[in-house]
Amino acid sequence: MVSAAEIPTELRAVHVLNRLAFGPRPGDVARVNAMGVERYIQQQLSPTSIAISASLTDRVAQMETLRMTPPELFIKYGRPEAERKGEKPDPEARKEARRRAHIIIQEAVSARLMRAIEGPRQLQEMMVDFWFNHFNVFADKGLGHLWVGSYEQQAIRPHALGRFRDLLEATAKHPAMLFYLDNWQNTAPNSPGVRGKFEGLNENYARELMELHTLGVNGGYSQQDVITLARILTGWGIQKPRRRNPARMARAGGGRNFNGFSGLGALGGFPGMGAFRAFGMRPFNSTPRRAMQNPGEGPDEYGFYFDPSRHDFSDKVFLERQIKGSGAAEVEQALDILAHSPATARHISYQLAQFFVADNPPEALVQRMASRFSSSDGNIRSVLATLFQSREFWDRRYFGAKFKTPQQYIISATRASGVEVLNYRVLAGNAARLGMPFYGCQTPDGYKNTQEAWLNPDAMMIRLSLATALGGGHLPLDRPPPDDAMGGRVTRVSLRKFDRPGGSMGPLDSSALRTTLGNNFSSHTLDTIEAAPPDLRAALMLGSPEFMRR
Amino acid sequence: MKSCCSDDGPEKPTIQNTLDRREFLKRAAILSASGIVMLSGHAWAAKIAGDSASRKRLVVIFMRGAVDGLNVVVPHGEPYYYEARPTIAIGRSGPGVLNLDGHFGMHPALAPMMPLWQDGNLAFVHACGSPDPSRSHFDAQEYMESGTPGVRTTSDGWMNRLLAVLPGNHDSTEAVSLGPTLPRILSGRMPVANVPTGRGANNPMPTDRPRIEFNFDRMYAGNDALSVAYREGQAARKKLLADVAADMKVADAGAPQPYGFSDDTARLAQLIKRDPSIRIAFMALGGWDTHVNQGAANGQLANHLRPLAEGVASLAKNLGPAWGDTVVITMSEFGRTVHENGNAGTDHGHGNVMWVAGGNVRGRRVYTRWPGLSQSELYQGRDLAVTTDFRAVIAAILERHMGLNRAAIGRVFPGFSNSGNDMDTIVA
Repeated sequence: MVSAAEIPTELRAVHVLNRLAFGPRPGDVARVNAMGVERYIQQQLSPTSIAISASLTDRVAQMETLRMTPPELFIKYGRPEAERKGEKPDPEARKEARRRAHIIIQEAVSARLMRAIEGPRQLQEMMVDFWFNHFNVFADKGLGHLWVGSYEQQAIRPHALGRFRDLLEATAKHPAMLFYLDNWQNTAPNSPGVRGKFEGLNENYARELMELHTLGVNGGYSQQDVITLARILTGWGIQKPRRRNPARMARAGGGRNFNGFSGLGALGGFPGMGAFRAFGMRPFNSTPRRAMQNPGEGPDEYGFYFDPSRHDFSDKVFLERQIKGSGAAEVEQALDILAHSPATARHISYQLAQFFVADNPPEALVQRMASRFSSSDGNIRSVLATLFQSREFWDRRYFGAKFKTPQQYIISATRASGVEVLNYRVLAGNAARLGMPFYGCQTPDGYKNTQEAWLNPDAMMIRLSLATALGGGHLPLDRPPPDDAMGGRVTRVSLRKFDRPGGSMGPLDSSALRTTLGNNFSSHTLDTIEAAPPDLRAALMLGSPEFMRR
Repeated sequence: MKSCCSDDGPEKPTIQNTLDRREFLKRAAILSASGIVMLSGHAWAAKIAGDSASRKRLVVIFMRGAVDGLNVVVPHGEPYYYEARPTIAIGRSGPGVLNLDGHFGMHPALAPMMPLWQDGNLAFVHACGSPDPSRSHFDAQEYMESGTPGVRTTSDGWMNRLLAVLPGNHDSTEAVSLGPTLPRILSGRMPVANVPTGRGANNPMPTDRPRIEFNFDRMYAGNDALSVAYREGQAARKKLLADVAADMKVADAGAPQPYGFSDDTARLAQLIKRDPSIRIAFMALGGWDTHVNQGAANGQLANHLRPLAEGVASLAKNLGPAWGDTVVITMSEFGRTVHENGNAGTDHGHGNVMWVAGGNVRGRRVYTRWPGLSQSELYQGRDLAVTTDFRAVIAAILERHMGLNRAAIGRVFPGFSNSGNDMDTIVA
C-alpha cells in the first residue's frame, strides 16, 4: 500500500478527543494542543494518574447503590422483606419493592453519564462503554435490575484497562452475569445437589462465553465443546443458604424459604439470598477483593459461590485439552485456555480496532494488536498503546470514520455544550428513544458501534431534534427532575416533546461552540451555518455531519 | 442506503454508487414535490392503488431469540413430545393445546388467532428453518436476514433485494420498519423508512418546523449516507405520520394508556392503509430465549406469545379489505431442544415453526414433512430436524402472492434452488 496521508496537525487534538474521549468539552482542544497529543494519550492510558475533582467524586459517592454488593442490594431492594421471611407474596408489596429498586438503575445511569460527561479519565469511560457491551447484561431480565450498577462498578470498571484474564474472571463470577446467562442454575444431572429446578445442564453461558466473550463465533469450537464447557461450569453459581447460622440468616431477613426454589420466575425471588451476610459499606473505588481471585473457597462477598454438590467431577476434554475433574479449578483452567487462545486475542483485537478506528478495521492493525495481546498476556493497556501508536490510527482516511452511537452522540453533545447537567433523565430518555437505553440491551452481544447499526432515517430526525433543543437551550438539563421521576424506568422509551418549555438557558454561544469543536467543519457545513439565523447556528453545529461522526 | 454499510473513508465511485445516485435523483424529484403530495395525499394515494399486483404486500415479524416452536405449534399426537418435556409440555387437557388437526395444536396463548385459523387465513409450516447448523443467535439471525445461509459475505438483506425486484418504478419508499433501528434484513441500497414505536411516537419534533427544516435541508443536500437517511426521515415523517398522528390523537384523547405490541401492529395497519406505496414491512419482537423457567400453558413463553397473537389478529382486523392483499410471515432464527433442560427451559436447537397468515393464504393447515421426535429422528440427536428450508416458504409467497418470476426470486435468494418443495399451494 502507498504510504497513507496522516491526519493534519491541526486536527490531531480533535481526533484524540473524539476517539479516546467522548468528544471535546470547552477548552479541551487547546489543552490537548498545549500538552501534546502523545502526552494526552499516555495520561489517558494511566487513568489513576489523572485527578478527579472533589465535586465529581462527591456526587458519584452519593450514589449509595453503587457501593453495595449484590447480596446487599438483594436484601435492601429485592423481594419484600415479609415475603423473604416466608409470608405469602403480596402483589402490592412486590410492586412497591420493584418501584423502590428503580433507584438502582437511576443511580447507575446518572453515575455513568456524570463520569462520561465531566470525568477527566475519558479513556477509562470509553473502555467501560466498550467492555460493558462486550460482557453485556440486561437490566430488565429478572434480578438484573438490582445488579447492573454493581456489575459495572465491581466487575467491569476495575479491569477496563487491566488484564483481560482478570476481567473475564470478574464477569464470570458476578451474580449479574451468572443470572443473566443462567449459569447459576447449571447443574450436573444426577449430582447429589440436584433438586427443584437445579436438575440439569444449561448451555447458555458456556456458549456465549466462547462465542461472544472470548474465542468468537469462528474461534474453532464445536457443539461438543459447548456441552463440555457447560459441564465444567456446573455448580458455578450464586451463593446458597447457609443453614448452620440461623441467627445470621434471621438478621439478614431470610432463611425460611430458601429450600423451596419454586416460583423463581423471571421476576422472582432469589434462593438463599436472605442468608447473605450483611457486609459493611466499602470505600468507593476500592480495588476488587482478593476473594474474586480465590475460586472455590466458599462464597465471596459479591455473592459468587461454587457448589461442589451440583458439579460434574468427571474428567473432560475441552478444546482438545485434558481437564481433570477437580471442581472450581476446572473453570479456572477453562478460563485460562480461553483467555490465552490466539482466537481470543484476535477477536478482542478486532473489536477494539472496530471501536477505535473503523467499522471494518484494517487487517494488518488487527494482527499487530492480536500479537501484542498474546505477548503481553492480554494486557489491555498494552494492546491499546499499540493501537494508538499505529499508523492506521493516524491515517487520514479514518478521520471521522466512526458514526457515533446514540449514547456517544448524546454524551458528546452535552460535553460540547458545557452545560452543567442536573437532570440525567432527559439524556437517558433520549438514548432510549434512539434505541439505545442504558443497561437496556436485551441480547448478550451488547450494543454494536457501527454505522450500519445506528444510522437510519428516524435516528437522523431524533438526533437533529435533540441538537435543535440543546443548541436552542430548550433541553431541561439544568433543572433537577421532578420528585415523581423516581417512578419511571430509564430503560424504557419515554417519548416526550423536545421543545417543551424547560431549561432556563438561552441558545448556546455558537462561536464558542465552534472553538470547542476545533472548528472541524466542512466548507459546505460552514456555509450553511453562516447563512442561518444566529439562534440556530449552535443547533446546526450539533446537528452537522461532522458532529455525527467521531 | 448502501453507503450505510461502508465505513472506510470517502466512497469510490462504483457501479453500486452510480445506481444509488440515479435512484436518489428519481426520489429527489418526488420529494421536491412533497408539499403537493402532502396536501393531496389521498388523491395521490388513490392513483397509485389502481393496479392490483402493486397492492400485494408482505409483512415479516421476526421473533428474535429463537422461539420454542414445539410449544407454539405442539405435536400433541406424538408421545415422544410428552416424554421429552415432563414439566413444560402443553397438555392435552386443562388449559391445554388448541387442537388444529389431531396431530398438532396451538399454544393456548395463541387463542386470539383461532378465528384466523378457522377462517382459513392462517397456516403453519413445521420443521422449517435454515439449512445452516449454527446455534448462535447472531449467526443464525444474520443468515435468515441476509437470506444466504452459510455465506457471510452477503452485504444486504433479502427484504431489501426484494424491494429492488418488485415491479414498478420505485419512486417512493416502499418499505417500512417499525422501531428505532434498521434491521439487517432491510439493509441495502433500496430506500427504507423506519418509524418509531410506542406511545408519543407521533409527537411533533423541532425538525418538523419549516424554519429548522429549511436549514437542515441545506446541510443534508448531498448523496452521502447521512443526507440520504435525513431525506428518508423527513419523507417518512410527512408521508407516513401526518395522517396517523391525527387519528391516534382522537383515539387516545391524550390519556395515558397501556401500550403494547398490538398498538404497534395497529399503527402499521394505519400506515399500510394510508400509504399504498408501502409494499413490505418489518417488525421484530424479542424475549424468546427461554433457557430457564419457560413455563407451559402459562408462564414466560405464554406471556410473550399472547401479545404477538393479539398483534397478528389486530393487524388482520385493522387492515380491513387490504388483509386480502397481505401476507404476514412470523419467523425465528432456530428452534429449541426437543428435551427440556435442567432448568425447566430449553437450549438452542434447530427446526422450528413458521407462521403464515393473510386473506389469501390457504390456511387451516399445518404444512410439514414431519420428521418425528423419536431419538433416532432428531437432528444431531437433540433437535427437531429441518425438512423445509425457510426460503422455500418465502419463495412460494413471492411467486404466488407477490407475482415474482423465478429469475426475480433468484435475485432475492441467490444460490437457492427452489425445486421439489411442496409449498406452492400455501397461497391461493
